[in-house]
Amino acid sequence: MFTFRRLLKTCALFGCSVTVLVSTAQEQVKLGQAITEASLAEFDLIAEPSGISFPAGSGTARQGKIIFENRCSVCHGSNGEGNSAATVLVGGDMKSLDSPLRTVGSYWPYSSTVFDFIRRAMPANAPKSLTDEETYQVAAYVLYLNGLVAEDEIMDAKTLPQVRMPNAEGFIDQSHIQ
Amino acid sequence: MTKSSKDQNKRLNLDMAAANGLLSRRHLLNAALGGAGLAMSQSLLGQEAGVKLEIPAWSKTPGPGTSPYGKTSAHAKLERQSGFDNPFYPGGGASRSPLQHLQGTITPNSLHFERHHAGVPAIDPDGHKLVIHGLVRQPLVFNYEDLLKYQMVSKIHFLECSGNSGALLYGGNPDGTAQSLHGLVSCAEWTGIPLSALLGEAGVLPEARWIAAVGADAASMGRSIPLDKAMDDSLLALFQNGEPVRPEQGYPMRLFNPGWEGNTSVKWLTQIKVTRNPLQFRDETSKYTDTMPDRKSLQFTFPMEVKSVITSPSGQMSVTQGSIYRVTGIAWSGAGSIRRVEVSADGGQTWGDALVESQQLDRALVRFSIPWRWDGSPAVLQSRATDSAGNVQPTRNSVIAAKGTINRYHNPCIQSWGVNTAGEVTNVYV
Ligand code: HEC
Repeated sequence: MFTFRRLLKTCALFGCSVTVLVSTAQEQVKLGQAITEASLAEFDLIAEPSGISFPAGSGTARQGKIIFENRCSVCHGSNGEGNSAATVLVGGDMKSLDSPLRTVGSYWPYSSTVFDFIRRAMPANAPKSLTDEETYQVAAYVLYLNGLVAEDEIMDAKTLPQVRMPNAEGFIDQSHIQ
Repeated sequence: MTKSSKDQNKRLNLDMAAANGLLSRRHLLNAALGGAGLAMSQSLLGQEAGVKLEIPAWSKTPGPGTSPYGKTSAHAKLERQSGFDNPFYPGGGASRSPLQHLQGTITPNSLHFERHHAGVPAIDPDGHKLVIHGLVRQPLVFNYEDLLKYQMVSKIHFLECSGNSGALLYGGNPDGTAQSLHGLVSCAEWTGIPLSALLGEAGVLPEARWIAAVGADAASMGRSIPLDKAMDDSLLALFQNGEPVRPEQGYPMRLFNPGWEGNTSVKWLTQIKVTRNPLQFRDETSKYTDTMPDRKSLQFTFPMEVKSVITSPSGQMSVTQGSIYRVTGIAWSGAGSIRRVEVSADGGQTWGDALVESQQLDRALVRFSIPWRWDGSPAVLQSRATDSAGNVQPTRNSVIAAKGTINRYHNPCIQSWGVNTAGEVTNVYV
């Protein structure tokens, strides 16, 4: 700041243009502080489709049913039927002639997203209030409600991302169009 | 247009730009503007207007003094319009800019549209961190205070939610206004640090192709952005129209991706993970994907299309027979600048070139206008924009023919405002 002021003053005296001044001061500061990936254990909530960066823990739909009833059903209904169009978690058929109902079961291409989204954003009235263990359990329950896993199938960092989603082939990547 | 109205226009010595009353732009430049409304004065030279001119009361009393943070006039009733307030979706929802009450091209910060997935977080900038990690040589954390010391750039760009104008695809909404139908677009000057500088500081590894951007709101909303975009022109925006980015726009910092669907410009930005592949967040799979008639869904449809809308006269307004109006609106494109805006008063049969009143900046709103004399017969007002890449705004029918009606995102279609014989303006489908 000091240097800049002094330069401005010089400019005022000798009449050089501020534009020239700024373009000579291009050198960018570098003020990021070094950290390690390990320091992000609590901060980084990303659960990747590959299974990388899923936390430790596991759960089954049978365990998840009770948490779902207590923490989710007020908005999503006991069986994921929802209390509004925005909160339906089950059903739908992409092949239906009418505009298809698009849910976790009928639409979502990746099972990893079920875990990732619940962990970062649900329950909507108290996000991030579930433990990782509970998140595995309710995620298993949401998959179970959609007929995608068995009631006692253990969902963990390895098995959950591998659950095959019915509409996995239903998407066309347009990211090359920028 | 009837023969008699043609004769009338001739008698009034009006040059026509297109059928049904669209006048040559020279009338915009020459005609005196009416005082209060949108109609232009047609008073003839030397005629007595009968207006009593005296010193008003406010010129005789000193007003209040200065104020720490200015407010808009109490007579200028400007409000965002909220879509929904759902107790089961705490803080979720959208509000729309009052397009029909705004002029020029810059949206005042208080009126910039909003879309939140879990409300506006109450962020203390001293406690806010921006982390860059993943496929980088050195993971880094940045403080707000430190970021303020970086070289910045300022760019004027529009921001548009990809759900904007989606309601037009399923029809209905005869009561729709420019705000309720198209108000999820705004335009501001964004000042901040090119993201490439911060990514460069962390040192992006050669195998990286994407970044994941995550916000510090209660939804921790995340989006994946191709690294090419992030290195090209993405901005870490810290200021909006000169003041710190508003809380509802991401205070203390947001990502800003010029020309791209609004949701990718992650607000309250706190984490950037550099990756090989996209992360498949909920808001790039379940939402913000465009399902086509064959049931395949387009994912990562980033750029916003070329588009325009007449903001006045528009839905819920009315016009008076025989008056000349300044038909005005906004146009924009995610593919470049706006080259041309045409206006039709007969539902797209004939078009006249509008005057572009503002600068034609890259991926920013422009303001256009054209004079129009309403002769009392039914009219359909439309505008059609062309951008610097040669893209022409499509009709609603062609959008539906190409993309069907399951999809609600990325609808750039031409808006039709119908004018009935009573002069009432409504949203119509032609
Ligand atoms: C207070 C109401 C509420 C509660 C409680 C709640 N949710 Fe939600 N949930 C919502 C809303 C609203 C949405 C849609 C949010 C949006 O679209 O931005 C949603 C979305 C979801 C989605 C994504 C749906 C989709 O198709 O995109 C999943 C999965 C989900 N919730 C799971 C859960 C689970 C599991 C719980 C319990 C741990 C839970 N929710 C508790 C309101 C709630």
